[in-house]
Amino acid sequence: MKYSEIMVRYGELSTKGKNRRDFIRQLGKNTHLVLRSFPTLEIQPRRDRMHIILHDEPVKPVMQAVSKIFGIETFSPVVKLTANASLAQIQQTALELVQAEFKPGKTFKVATIRQNKKYPLNTYGVDDGVGGYLTDQISGLKVDLHDPDITVRIEIRLNGVYLSCQTIAGALGLPVGTGGRGTMMMSGGIDSPVAAYMAMKRGVKIDMIHFYSPPYTSPQALAKAKDLTVKLAEFGGTIDFIQVPFTKIQEEVKKAVPAGYLMTIQRRLMLKLAAAITIDRHCNAVFTGESLGQVASQTIESMRVINEVTNLPVLRPLLSLDKTEIIKIARTIDTYDLSILPFEDCCTIFTPPAPKTKPDLTKTLEYEQRLDLDGLLSEALAGIEIKKINVGDDYLNGEQDVFAELL
Amino acid sequence: MIYFDNSATTKIAPAVLQTYQQVSEKIWGNPSSLHDFGEQAHQLLQQARAQIFDQLHLHAGQVYFTSGGTEGDNWIIKGTALAKASFGRHIITTQVEHAAVLESMHRLEQFGFEVTYLPVDKTGRIRPADLQAALRSDTILVSIMAVNNEMGAVQPLLSVAKILQQYPKVHFHVDAVQALGKQLDQVVFNDRLDFATFSGHKFHAPRGVGFIYARNGRTLVPLLDGGGQEMGQRSGTENLPAIAALSKAVRLLKTNEAVKVTQQQAIRTCIYRHLQTFSKVVLISGLSDEFAPHILCFAIRGVKGETVVHALEEQGIYLSTTSACSSKKGLPSTTLAAMHLDPDVINGAVRISLSDQNELEEAHQFNRVFDGLYQRFAALS
Repeated sequence: MKYSEIMVRYGELSTKGKNRRDFIRQLGKNTHLVLRSFPTLEIQPRRDRMHIILHDEPVKPVMQAVSKIFGIETFSPVVKLTANASLAQIQQTALELVQAEFKPGKTFKVATIRQNKKYPLNTYGVDDGVGGYLTDQISGLKVDLHDPDITVRIEIRLNGVYLSCQTIAGALGLPVGTGGRGTMMMSGGIDSPVAAYMAMKRGVKIDMIHFYSPPYTSPQALAKAKDLTVKLAEFGGTIDFIQVPFTKIQEEVKKAVPAGYLMTIQRRLMLKLAAAITIDRHCNAVFTGESLGQVASQTIESMRVINEVTNLPVLRPLLSLDKTEIIKIARTIDTYDLSILPFEDCCTIFTPPAPKTKPDLTKTLEYEQRLDLDGLLSEALAGIEIKKINVGDDYLNGEQDVFAELL
Repeated sequence: MIYFDNSATTKIAPAVLQTYQQVSEKIWGNPSSLHDFGEQAHQLLQQARAQIFDQLHLHAGQVYFTSGGTEGDNWIIKGTALAKASFGRHIITTQVEHAAVLESMHRLEQFGFEVTYLPVDKTGRIRPADLQAALRSDTILVSIMAVNNEMGAVQPLLSVAKILQQYPKVHFHVDAVQALGKQLDQVVFNDRLDFATFSGHKFHAPRGVGFIYARNGRTLVPLLDGGGQEMGQRSGTENLPAIAALSKAVRLLKTNEAVKVTQQQAIRTCIYRHLQTFSKVVLISGLSDEFAPHILCFAIRGVKGETVVHALEEQGIYLSTTSACSSKKGLPSTTLAAMHLDPDVINGAVRISLSDQNELEEAHQFNRVFDGLYQRFAALS
């Protein structure tokens, strides 16, 4: 079956009153970015539906990509006929569509909507004509008007007749970018990509902040964080990846601070840097992948001491999820296998054997005074690098194309 | 020159040699090194492996790189024996296997394993009923080649696979060295296959590199212990230039495979039809599906195979007296003896073996040369 387009139905955004236009524009933009590897597609975000005209692209990989974009309730691969298509043409197309889906015992109904009142048949005429034809042509196909397995949707519109018989659930949520902007502290572990995913689902446009500490962390750890960002870009388009050099801070903290407070003070400095970047980039919140009680830095006491460095909202979408629940989501969004690649990140180096789970704020501040805070922080900020991460990029296997030529 | 000895070895393809050279010059890091130069080599190694997986449409299992067919056969046979000796010490193979299989079996016999060698019929094929009868409760391995290297018989592996469905614990090995790129994947990669052996230089890759396929969940004791390369199964620093070249050769081999096989069939048929017209020529291979498309074995009664080889060589045509591996020793072919052919046919047997680099015109040239040769020999006998 050669489909001519994918018809996209909007989700929650249809309830958002006068913001609707902005939402649809944003979704169109995101769709464009997510589908950038299919250059011949034509994306038409309209008031009631979005149409993705396939031209000659195969429908399957496009549907696969569309199913991840936030802000879409359902979508259907559609065959478009001309506005004056005859009943025979409609019958023939409907037959091909149903045959692709049919297995003995399945039931169906035809649901016609007629916007083009000049079309010679009314909705009953089309329903009857197509339904009768299908039951004649496919033996074993039964009608069930109440709970059919296959619904053949026929829309007779002014600009054409649209047929489809699959309605596929979209990713729901809000289009990324309609829920404001935030930064995400992204280590490369299992949790932070899941937290980013959840923030994005509510429409937040995320800038990734990744701390790296060469030579203690490897180039592969950095590439892995970027590849995780590529996975996340599939939900709403290109993401800014901000890498912050953290080696010097970690070395200085290690020299000056008692072992029990190493972790607490490192995290405070990370959050301080993240907050500075957040404000500089006109973002309004910092997201983290913290889950209450998971590790020493994620006890409620640690959070209070670490959080003390900023009054920006620090949002923790995973706060009350169990690790198994987080892993489950990581698997569905396909970040798990990348996350468990064994490259050390800067959260796992210089970790003391027994970090304080209930750090004392007064002591923390006292130890922190031993450091040249302003100098260290401004040096780190001066060294940040920002890169746009697109859908389809590949950092861990960056030479794949070169190799493909060789092989 | 007409090269009709492709089952002995093939000419390396220029594009494959180019890959070998480029990898040698540019990506010569050790895939086990931690630095990015080593990491780059590791990535290439994995991509070369993945490409073979894709090209052969393999599903569950592993591809391990080896030094070639002999190592693959030795590893799978001895590795199975070591892994499963506590479950049984009986192995089944055929009388017509390659020496790498037969000699591995003989070695295991020295260590107390018992080996059944299945006989073959006049077409060089085993009878599945014989296998059924030979299977015992202590059988641990069945090793049967896909294509006989001397006369091209394709063993009935699908029937073998069906029988072995009833014996799920027995390891099933196929020596597929002669079978790759000959449109025989359906036979080789049957749904009961556990292990298969492949060798690069039989399909325009360099010497000294090959691979085995191993189904997931089947254990094999490694023969080469050491640094734990190849997922701990085959130690030794990976021969990356050869491996990359091998992977490329597999891809080239699989491109337009059907067209290339049709071409080889056409050459074989052209020569076969011509040879049929001579009364003293005995055709040992056939044209049916029971024979591989690229091998044609025949004899001129009363003329030694060696004489035919040298006489053709004078005319710039290169072929073999059956297996190149044993031909220098002057030993009679075990395969042809197992087929109970007349001694003068066995002594006279020569093998034409084709590759995708041969042309139909070469068949016509061969036929013309053969006419003169036949006259010359006929006058003497």
